[in-house]
Amino acid sequence: MNQPNQPDLTQLPGLPKDEGGPIFAEPWQAQAFAMAVKLSHAGYFTWTEWAAELAAELKAAAGRGEPDDGSKYYQHWLNTLERLAQAKGLTNQQALNDRKEAWADAYRHTPHGQPVILKR
Amino acid sequence: MSGHDQHYHHDHEHQAVPHDLTLRVKALESLLIEKGYVDPAALDALIDTMENKIGPRNGAKVVAKAWLDPEYKARLLTDAPKAIAELGFLSAEGESMVVLENTPQVHNLVVCTLCSCYPWPVLGLPPVWYKSNAYRSRAVIDPRGILKEFGTALPEDTEIRVWDSTAEVRYLVLPERPSNTESLTEEQLADLVTRDSMVGVTKL
Repeated sequence: MNQPNQPDLTQLPGLPKDEGGPIFAEPWQAQAFAMAVKLSHAGYFTWTEWAAELAAELKAAAGRGEPDDGSKYYQHWLNTLERLAQAKGLTNQQALNDRKEAWADAYRHTPHGQPVILKR
Repeated sequence: MSGHDQHYHHDHEHQAVPHDLTLRVKALESLLIEKGYVDPAALDALIDTMENKIGPRNGAKVVAKAWLDPEYKARLLTDAPKAIAELGFLSAEGESMVVLENTPQVHNLVVCTLCSCYPWPVLGLPPVWYKSNAYRSRAVIDPRGILKEFGTALPEDTEIRVWDSTAEVRYLVLPERPSNTESLTEEQLADLVTRDSMVGVTKL
């Protein structure tokens, strides 16, 4: 397996990490992290652009008086990712909403023991 | 494979819906993959490099303590969430945990025939193979074959129990303590405990 190029983490102040790299409290955070890295690798935005957009999101949150203790870091990360993906024309809010509901529905209606698959 | 060495446990008729943030990530990820903007294999490869990065290996500490402290082990086997919480590890999604004890007679193997049910508060991120279609389907129909691929040969008369995780109930295997470890400390014992042994694909 190829070792994926690691992004420049020094551009991300506030990123929860240790000496070995980023750390995650829950699996979805790692998935959101990986999506941003891979979209940047694919050239849909630069890592510097990502860092600036994320910083703006974090700053806006701080402006709303949200605690700056890192607990919401990946929620801001996901907000930024959804926003940037739309700004780059990769998806739109309607598609995101519809797909989220489709997943929720698939979970509700799939008997256990079978993979959850979206009905298309 | 003979039929008597396999039990397939169904705990729930349908599945719980994951929390909002997980659904948003799934929605975005599936849309990006579908349009070809990201390669799912590349995403998995990157996540794989970070799979041990959710906290410390909490599960190994639970196992080591259970090996050394029979009363803790008894509590762990009867009320795993409470016993695990004693060590300060909580389940963020509120799912229940069941600990399955391996013995010379019974070997437990954990799978999730879905994609995402994994006791990550104690084991970290699921490895890519755990999420693969091959593992998810074959663990149920050919557990002995899967175990062989992990280099785990069990005596013919060892019963294999396959446990299908759900969003509500997740499983942690309590592996057998290796022999000649009587002189080790709890910390040294914890270092011996691998993630794979706590999923049940290997022995120690």
